[in-house]
Amino acid sequence: MLTFIRRQKYLIDYTLSSLLRRKTKNLGLLLVYTLIVFLLASVMLYTHALQREAGIILAESPELIVQRMVAGRHDLVPAEYLEALRGIRGVRAAQGRLWGYYYDPVVKANYTLLVPADRALQRGEIVVGAGVARTHNMGRGDYLTLRAADGKAMPLRVADVLHHESELVSADLILLGEADYREFFRIDAGLYTDLALQVRNPREVRTIAEKVTRLFPDTRPILREEILRTYDSIFNWRQGIVVVLLSGAILAFAIFAWDKASGLSAEEKREIGILKAIGWETSDVIRMKFWEGAVISLSAFLGGYLLAYLHVFYGAAMLFEPVLKGWAVLYPAFRPVPFIDGLQVATLFFLTVFPYTAATIVPVWRAAIMDPDAVMR
Amino acid sequence: MVMRRSDAFITALGVLSVLFVLTFADAGMKIDGARQALERERALVQGLGLTDLCLFTEARYTRHPTQADLHTPFQDHPLALEHFPTGSLFPPQPVYATDADIHPQTEIPD
Repeated sequence: MLTFIRRQKYLIDYTLSSLLRRKTKNLGLLLVYTLIVFLLASVMLYTHALQREAGIILAESPELIVQRMVAGRHDLVPAEYLEALRGIRGVRAAQGRLWGYYYDPVVKANYTLLVPADRALQRGEIVVGAGVARTHNMGRGDYLTLRAADGKAMPLRVADVLHHESELVSADLILLGEADYREFFRIDAGLYTDLALQVRNPREVRTIAEKVTRLFPDTRPILREEILRTYDSIFNWRQGIVVVLLSGAILAFAIFAWDKASGLSAEEKREIGILKAIGWETSDVIRMKFWEGAVISLSAFLGGYLLAYLHVFYGAAMLFEPVLKGWAVLYPAFRPVPFIDGLQVATLFFLTVFPYTAATIVPVWRAAIMDPDAVMR
Repeated sequence: MVMRRSDAFITALGVLSVLFVLTFADAGMKIDGARQALERERALVQGLGLTDLCLFTEARYTRHPTQADLHTPFQDHPLALEHFPTGSLFPPQPVYATDADIHPQTEIPD
């Protein structure tokens, strides 16, 4: 065993000396290789972490939301719908929700205005998300003036700021009382934005959704499972889009690496010839080349993965922020919770380390089984 | 005594491997540490009846993709092209099972 280890160490010694003889070329390869692994691993870690977090958080979203559609567009729902829906067997509770959007021309940001079901707010009082508070540089007791639907300025006192840890779901929220909301948007008392239903038996949600559309054909039910599925597909799509964008770079690297690994230069062939002439066995030459591939690919994988981990979970994925942000002014300050999918990491390992190592061995085997004299010529 | 290249490499690889394994341990600890924050977020989502993540606030249908109209990419008029950057990162609106299941007899799903 000891002899085997010593033998491998000598081979590594030789491999490293051989790699350092072509320092610039090999360091360049290592750098690009690490960068590719870094980019792929960053996308993978970020999307998976967000996907899991979205799944966990949104599992508490309303079981069934009923929207009213008019001419294909989301419209306000009359309160009579609420009464009728409460009568459907299996519906435990039905509530009208009031929410909407407000574009703030001062900071050019969109807010989500919402009447909370879980707290009562005094007239003229609001609770804002941490993103809104940051954008306006304000805190408890400050005033935020918004322009109501009738054009009048409406000063609202900030009663509280939502915890910054919940920014992923609340950065742009402004919570206000029902009376303020209705006055602000000039929405009559008998109308709601949409309706949220609670269902006694979760397995009946689909049946109840069916009953809702039968009762009110102008409605569109949205199930919690659909909300979760939408986020799943958004992150899968996003990951796919980034990988497609990266595919050009990945292919270029694959060609470069393949060329480097599989096409032996005349100098390398001569080197193999000399090694064989001085007594190296074919298996030794192959082992030496295996180590050459392994040294580069293992270093690139470990380096790239570690950098990606730091970038995503310690650097809040700062390279992706401009892409995710788009034209939005409000962007939640959050660090993804590091949910790592071991299978994804293993796949990345096999896809990055094995092909390169294999690509270095095959041509060497071809050169190594030839007569040293023929190879050197 | 000068360190052999192989020893230096094996040491470096060992350090990187340990760091690699440590990322999983670190992730586990961070997840444990984030449980409280996640619970707080879940409670907020439940209390306020929230439906979406606040990741893309630039347009209403990117802020609440799950609540958006089915024709949102053409929201301004028919054939209007999507112009928000986030739109290019969005998948086409999924055809919900309910649309197909609830109205199998209708020609145009709502």
